[in-house]
Amino acid sequence: MAKEHPILETQDLTIRFGGHVAVDGVSASFERGSLTAIVGPNGAGKTTYFNLISGQLTATSGTVLLNGEAITRMSVPERTDKGIGRAFQLTNLFPTLSVRENVRLVAQAKARKGFDLFSVAESHVELLERADHVLAEVRLIDKAEQTVAALPHGDQRKLEVALLIALGSQVLMFDEPTAGMSVDEVPVILDLIRKLKSDMDRTILLVEHKMDVIRSLADRIIVLHNGALVADGEPAEVIALPVVQEAYLGKAPKSSETPEAPEAA
Amino acid sequence: MLTRLLSGDTPRSGLLTALLLIVLISLAFAPFLFPGTRSLETAARICIFIVLVASYDLLLGYAGIVSFAHTMFFGIGAYGTALALASTGPSYWSLIWGTAAGAVVAAVFALAIGLFSLRVKAIFFAMVTLAVASAFAVFVSQMSWLTGGEDGLNYKIPRELTPAFKLIDEKILDVRINGKLLAYYLVFFVSAMLFLVMLRIVNSPFGRTLKAVRDNAFRAEAIGYRVVWYRTTATILSAVMAALAGSLLAIWLRYTGPATTLSMEIMIDILLMVVIGGMGTLYGAVLGATLFILAQTYLQTLMGVAADATSAVPLFSTLVAPERWLLWLGVLFILSVYFFPSGIVGRLRAGRA
Ligand SMILES: Nc1ncnc2c1ncn2[C@@H]1O[C@H](COP(=O)(O)OP(=O)(O)OP(=O)(O)O)[C@@H](O)[C@H]1O
Ligand SMILES: [Mg+2]
Repeated sequence: MAKEHPILETQDLTIRFGGHVAVDGVSASFERGSLTAIVGPNGAGKTTYFNLISGQLTATSGTVLLNGEAITRMSVPERTDKGIGRAFQLTNLFPTLSVRENVRLVAQAKARKGFDLFSVAESHVELLERADHVLAEVRLIDKAEQTVAALPHGDQRKLEVALLIALGSQVLMFDEPTAGMSVDEVPVILDLIRKLKSDMDRTILLVEHKMDVIRSLADRIIVLHNGALVADGEPAEVIALPVVQEAYLGKAPKSSETPEAPEAA
Repeated sequence: MLTRLLSGDTPRSGLLTALLLIVLISLAFAPFLFPGTRSLETAARICIFIVLVASYDLLLGYAGIVSFAHTMFFGIGAYGTALALASTGPSYWSLIWGTAAGAVVAAVFALAIGLFSLRVKAIFFAMVTLAVASAFAVFVSQMSWLTGGEDGLNYKIPRELTPAFKLIDEKILDVRINGKLLAYYLVFFVSAMLFLVMLRIVNSPFGRTLKAVRDNAFRAEAIGYRVVWYRTTATILSAVMAALAGSLLAIWLRYTGPATTLSMEIMIDILLMVVIGGMGTLYGAVLGATLFILAQTYLQTLMGVAADATSAVPLFSTLVAPERWLLWLGVLFILSVYFFPSGIVGRLRAGRA
């Protein structure tokens, strides 16, 4: 007990949808400042595992611990306040509002000013500055005035990351942040995630299919298959495991030197 | 200074500014510009409905919540003031406590409905408000010993607000300076103030959060906003504003009954006014309420004139017969929604960009 708690831990985390066990007794702990990639074939339960941690779904059994405190039954905003930040696989923004307003709303939530009824929102200059600072970081500042719905997909993904940066949570969860992005935009996102890890010492969980991305970013890989944790360890080790080669890549073992990573089935 | 008063939310369109100024000036000088009882009645109704429609837009346009209980809150305010005046006499004290009591009761009802039903699906909230509002209307008509039932309540208001009270003996611009004029300016200034308060609320951090909740409640939660609290607070604010508008109506009419406050017809009118003006912009409430009430009041007269003038043309004169005014109002509504799907304000602002 004297030992410091890992920042995030799941113990025997399970959720059932009717007869279907989408996440099946997953136990894992995450150290401060680490970046863990979570991989597995489509439908393996990666997004569901995230939902259990950030609160969109409540576990059937098992526990989620944040800094040693059980947050298993807490609501989404409570968990957000405690330090869990979540980006979504399908872009999930405020479509009719401007890019700047999207980020400003996060800064406002963080400053706990949402219930301020009688000041003018625009007069909180610090929130606008914070928003612009983050937008500059993700290189969206030129589009700050645009309505989100009108943004190209790649920019929406960047904004998705911007919201998490603005939230600045201790634990940041990215669900396929580069999905559907063009090749030249992917490195921008990856640099942002790398920076979050190194400069801000955040703990990052990353669901990603692209093997080259995982190799370049992750300290550790967790493999989910049919909801269960089937492998957990150093990237090189895990990638080499036969179970991963079969379950995840769905292929015979392949040279890890290949520059072009195989896409998930 | 002006920008501050408007909470930084300027009309942002030349034509819109012009239209709003016309409405403002017309209402501010209505007793002098449009003499006559009927036009003063219309002007007061417009003031009150601007508040009522704006408070509904706070809920529908900003928070994205569909409610059918808005006339119930309007009625609670009106009956609060009416019952106080009827029971404790025509004093300012009755007027104030009745209005305050109406607002508090409206807030409590809104809190209860909100907590009970805003957690679940939007359609459920809409159904609950419909049920509660219908039950309330039945309750009011049944409790006739208290509310006067279908006949409603007639009561006295403080003498200084009635035509019997003369401020000065001379007329100014041919208008009697009496209590009725004072009552009109009470309605006008309170309405203007309530409108500015709502304009501040929708431009506050809270108002911005409402828009986020409307756009994507799921994500609003994920960045730390407790959506149910925001929705419930919006419902309460909107209910209190509607109740205050109801109190103004009760003071102005010196009569409160189901037909003037609680009817489903008024609920539908409010919806139409919000949509015509433009959802999610309080200025839309100003234009929507003004145009709608003008049409409602004068379309019939106008059509009567048209029917007389065209009595030689058989089919046309039947079409514009005054009894058909509702049909034409419907046509106007369909046309306006067709040509201005984002409302008049939405159209004007987009036209500028
Ligand atoms: N709310 C739900 N109700 C019922 N079944 C669900 C629900 N959410 C997820 N599932 C099921 O749980 C399983 C895991 O889904 P999940 O979305 O977590 O997979 P994933 O690993 O994120 O896949 P992908 O790579 O396609 O994103 C799937 O079979 C899915 O159909
Ligand atoms: Mg997924």
